[in-house]
Amino acid sequence: MKQLTVAGKVLTLLFAAVFLVACSSKDTKDDSAAADAAAAEAAARSAAERAALEDAAMAEQRLQDAVAAVGNVFYFDYDSSTLKPQAQAALDAHIELLRTNDRSVRLEGHTDERGTREYNMALGERRANTVRDYMVVNGIASFRIETVSYGEEQPIAYGSGEANWSQNRRVELK
Amino acid sequence: MKHLTAVLVATVVALATISARAELVIEITQGMDNPTAIAVVPFAWQGGGSAPEDVAQVIDNDLARSGQFDPVGRGDMLARPSTQQEVFYRDWRAINTEYVLIGRASVTGQVQMRIEYELFDVNRQARVLSGYEEGHVNEARMLAHRVADEVYETLTGIPGAFATRLLYVSVTRNPGGKDFYRLTLSDSDGARPIVLLESREPIMAPSWSPDGKHIAYVSFETSRPAIYRQELASGARVQLTNFRGLNGAPAWSPDGNSMAMVLSKDGNPDIYLMDLRTRELTQLTRHYAIDTEPTWMPDGRSILFTSDRGGRPQIYRYDLRTGATERLTYEGSYNARARVAQDGRNLVMVHQAGGQFHIALQDLVTNRLQILTSTDLDESPSIAPNGSMVLYGTKSGDRGILAAVSVDGGVKFRLPAREGDVREPAWSPYMSR
Repeated sequence: MKQLTVAGKVLTLLFAAVFLVACSSKDTKDDSAAADAAAAEAAARSAAERAALEDAAMAEQRLQDAVAAVGNVFYFDYDSSTLKPQAQAALDAHIELLRTNDRSVRLEGHTDERGTREYNMALGERRANTVRDYMVVNGIASFRIETVSYGEEQPIAYGSGEANWSQNRRVELK
Repeated sequence: MKHLTAVLVATVVALATISARAELVIEITQGMDNPTAIAVVPFAWQGGGSAPEDVAQVIDNDLARSGQFDPVGRGDMLARPSTQQEVFYRDWRAINTEYVLIGRASVTGQVQMRIEYELFDVNRQARVLSGYEEGHVNEARMLAHRVADEVYETLTGIPGAFATRLLYVSVTRNPGGKDFYRLTLSDSDGARPIVLLESREPIMAPSWSPDGKHIAYVSFETSRPAIYRQELASGARVQLTNFRGLNGAPAWSPDGNSMAMVLSKDGNPDIYLMDLRTRELTQLTRHYAIDTEPTWMPDGRSILFTSDRGGRPQIYRYDLRTGATERLTYEGSYNARARVAQDGRNLVMVHQAGGQFHIALQDLVTNRLQILTSTDLDESPSIAPNGSMVLYGTKSGDRGILAAVSVDGGVKFRLPAREGDVREPAWSPYMSR
């Protein structure tokens, strides 16, 4: 019976070994399946995130493009600080963009060369204030807006005549 | 009160920087109908080497620029006397000369210059003036201007204002970049320009203290306008204001103790008074309209300013004792930036007529208005301390130049810079010696 016992032990060992191998191979298969699922899930998630980010970036880009399209200079009529419809539309684009960030802006008021320098300083300030007030009413916090008047001191066009003057009566958003 | 704390700024002044580019050139465009014929004979030089300055030429130019004199050309002179013994009236009658000025210049010690002069009336055949001026040889031109002042007063009865100085702002354009601004000090004839301040940001509103020793101006060098006071002799300067909004148009009181200015720190531009010793502010005007461009009446009792409280800019007077405000100008729809002559009677300002901006004079007694200039875009009038001439900024082509007109409109000359734009002239008071 001693031989049988040995044979039985061998069989048992073999069986155990086969079982172990089988078990171990089964475990490996289970692990890789879980990893695949997780990876797929993460990929799906990041794709969604990326899509969302891309959407946001595109939205941001659209706002940037809109701002770039309207420019950062708003023009005024002679001796007037009333916002013209075109300037208002242009400002709206800037306001849309400013609502998405916390950037501070500087509004620089300018006039044409007609009239006295100090009076024009006051007129340039009125223009900058008009733009500031419009922005504040439309939800941009006033502490984000600095206004400075340059009067007639920094013309875009140096010459005289309406063609030059109309370029100089402006508020620049910086 | 922290805004009022003076900030002593390091001296950024290049007092010795002489910029030939900012130098003014004088072109006389209109003189009086019957100017007095005077011969300013070249002065004898009694020092070694050559004379440091052609004193007679400086005097000759001064008298010619006044428009009231027609100096005899040197080539037309039959004689060139430098002493009374050498003056023969027939030489001058022959060329229809009414007055003859002769003189001698010498240097005593190393640097002290002495100019002696004598003025003769050819018709009366008499010496009507004699005197001398002494000073540092570097001030030779100023000594010559003083001689011109004496001659002018003797012959017109009005004190001369040649021995005075000018402040002005000049700009060199830099298309596509930032312009270059300079604040310059020169003699009243534009000679000897000294650049007091250079900046890439605007410089505005230069003005004089009543003793001529300090100046004030607005500089944007901190990226916002602020008022500075600067001592001419040392170049030391102090930032007087740093408020939100406008900090502009500084105007020294006649007693030198306070300064009127325009501030918009409370929302819109009003006139304020700063005590220059305590830096304390008093708000003078309180109106939602634009109040700006303060200037003092010579008696120091009231301040004139520009306001659009009536819809369009007009000149108003604020009584410092009662606080009462009255409107002074009614003719035309734009009257701004007043300056008043020392007599307290002649008010000059920018006046719009026919769509153009001219310099006009309003007699504060009769209220009669006279337009003095015929050019357009005239601005920033500044009156000579003797009340005879008004210096102002205007445009020639697309360049800013300075020009002058007599208070009766009869005499005109231009002072373009050799290069760039010039603007905002401020004629000094009489300089204490």
